[in-house]
Amino acid sequence: MRYLAAVDPSTQRGITISLFLAFVVVTLAITFWASRQTRDATDFYAGGRSFSGFQNGMAIGGDYMSAASFLGIAGIIALNGYDGFLYSIGFLVAWLVALLLVAELLRNSGRYTMADVLAFRMRQRPVRTAAAVSTVTVSIFYLLAQMVGAGALVALLLGIKANTTFLGMTATTAKIATIIFIGALMIIYVTVGGMKGTTYVQIVKAFLLMGGALLMTILVLWHYNFNLSSLLGDAAAKSGKGDGFLEPGLVYGKEVAGNALQTFYNKIDLLSLGAALVLGTAGLPHILIRFYTVPTARAARRSVLWAIGIIGTFYLFTLALGFGAAALVGSADIRAQNPGGNTAAPQLAQALGIEFFGGDLGGATFLAVIAAVAFATILAVVAGLTLASSSSMAHDLYANVIKRGDVTDRQEVSVARVAAIVIGAVSIVLGILARDLNVAFLVALAFAVAASGNLPAILYSLFWKRFNTTGATAAIYGGIISAVVLVFFSPVVSGAATSMFAKSDWQWFPLSNPGIISIPVGFLCGWLGTILSSERNDSKYAELEVRSLTGIGAH
Amino acid sequence: MTANVTSTAPPDPAAYEAIQATPEFVELRRRLRGFIFPMTVAFFVWYALYVVLSAYARDFMSTKVVGHINVALIFGLLQFATTFLIAWLYERFSRRRIDPLAEEIRDGQGASR
Repeated sequence: MRYLAAVDPSTQRGITISLFLAFVVVTLAITFWASRQTRDATDFYAGGRSFSGFQNGMAIGGDYMSAASFLGIAGIIALNGYDGFLYSIGFLVAWLVALLLVAELLRNSGRYTMADVLAFRMRQRPVRTAAAVSTVTVSIFYLLAQMVGAGALVALLLGIKANTTFLGMTATTAKIATIIFIGALMIIYVTVGGMKGTTYVQIVKAFLLMGGALLMTILVLWHYNFNLSSLLGDAAAKSGKGDGFLEPGLVYGKEVAGNALQTFYNKIDLLSLGAALVLGTAGLPHILIRFYTVPTARAARRSVLWAIGIIGTFYLFTLALGFGAAALVGSADIRAQNPGGNTAAPQLAQALGIEFFGGDLGGATFLAVIAAVAFATILAVVAGLTLASSSSMAHDLYANVIKRGDVTDRQEVSVARVAAIVIGAVSIVLGILARDLNVAFLVALAFAVAASGNLPAILYSLFWKRFNTTGATAAIYGGIISAVVLVFFSPVVSGAATSMFAKSDWQWFPLSNPGIISIPVGFLCGWLGTILSSERNDSKYAELEVRSLTGIGAH
Repeated sequence: MTANVTSTAPPDPAAYEAIQATPEFVELRRRLRGFIFPMTVAFFVWYALYVVLSAYARDFMSTKVVGHINVALIFGLLQFATTFLIAWLYERFSRRRIDPLAEEIRDGQGASR
């Protein structure tokens, strides 16, 4: 507890809160400005398709680099060394699926939501219903993980400990207040600013996050005279785990002496995690709708290239942040503050501030800056998720399933705004209920559902002429159900000390990550559903194919 | 023109099938699939190799190369390098081989209407 406790907490709290409020004021101003530019449905759902490839690339980075990336990966590396790097690699390589197979074709054939592409040549109602179910499921899982994470962080970053209060709030009330505050802000960004407002929030956040991570990386490397090997050596020595700290195997694919079966399961679990990470990204609805915010397929491609650049650079920084925290803060201090390691990056900022920016005040200031960046990160991601799910509820469920396409743009956008409020309210309530549960696995589950349900449906839609309504619904439901059911019976939910319900035990599925089973199940269901149904529509496929490859008739 | 930046107005459904049957479009599809499918297989196999080695070849991955830098770290950094490389190759390929042909088909379609 040395670092966070060494500073006068009120100074550092004051700086964190002022910086975060400054971010909130600036982004709200942008949001209200964006609302004046939002006139029709295309503006609300797709930012008027007026963003440049560079702007959208930064926004994708802002949408994608979540608290799990910034705090989570740095924390895993700080506590368990090399294994955290596996996440960075999976999350980055995944973008090649989006770049090569999805981004441009989706941009040309869809309009506002993922379902526009899936339902293009199918019967609208069943496919759009399935796509909306999957969009809302993935987004809520992801939202919940972010909101609970934010609640847990605020208590730590504001230095509220058991039996102490801040502004009269205990740690529990501070958590609840944070969840409500973040939920309210994301509702305002989305209902007022639509896609334009949300995009600018994500761009601002991307620059803040990259700036903060870059500065920390430079300072860590400076401390080691830009010698990566001595940073690694120091991290390994301080970790108490020796060279094993720099090698895969401390957490994932762990070898359990004398238990060959568990070792086998652990290794399969690692492969399963690797598969979900690399295949999930191109099925995340909040990422997919970002491709609609640019005017052409070429701009969509350029936005993915920029996104790969910024995301790849950021994940390289996580190496320095994680190993830097292990070496300069030490795992004992990190664990004392947060057993999951989520405060490793802010604690590293404090250590660096003390070393480079003139003692305790410098440390408190840099900690405050990085804490504010972490909150900005969470806000930008939850806004993107809320927008994706409310768009799908309005455009897919309301306009095309309930009203069968017989609605005006104005009605559709009104419904989208109401849906954003509902989604926001639901996630606030669920976030408060789950505030003390270990829900970090929900991000991995969101990736698994996206990889198992959405990705097969998208790839078959774009590339398989025979694919039809039954196939699309079978792929989506098959993928979601298999992923969710397997996780429900896995050790992350019950039956282990680290489970969400540690005291209960209904676990029978041995893996924490369902991907290695559920992704093939999704693809298999899509194929089987297709061949068991006689429906096929070659002329609509001709339209989809010509449109997706050439942009003729694209919105 | 509205503010909505779209390339071309949608032709009637039969026109799409006609375009799909043109040699230019067949060539466009052949070129695109000829790049993206093999490249997808390549990066997926390369990534899978990395994950499999991380799980099953711990001794190999922990071999030290320079100082404290081991094979696992270099292998991981190579995944970054190949991702950047493939992204760059794809952009170059699209700019040279896909965009002009797609534009030609779009223009031809616009002229014939």
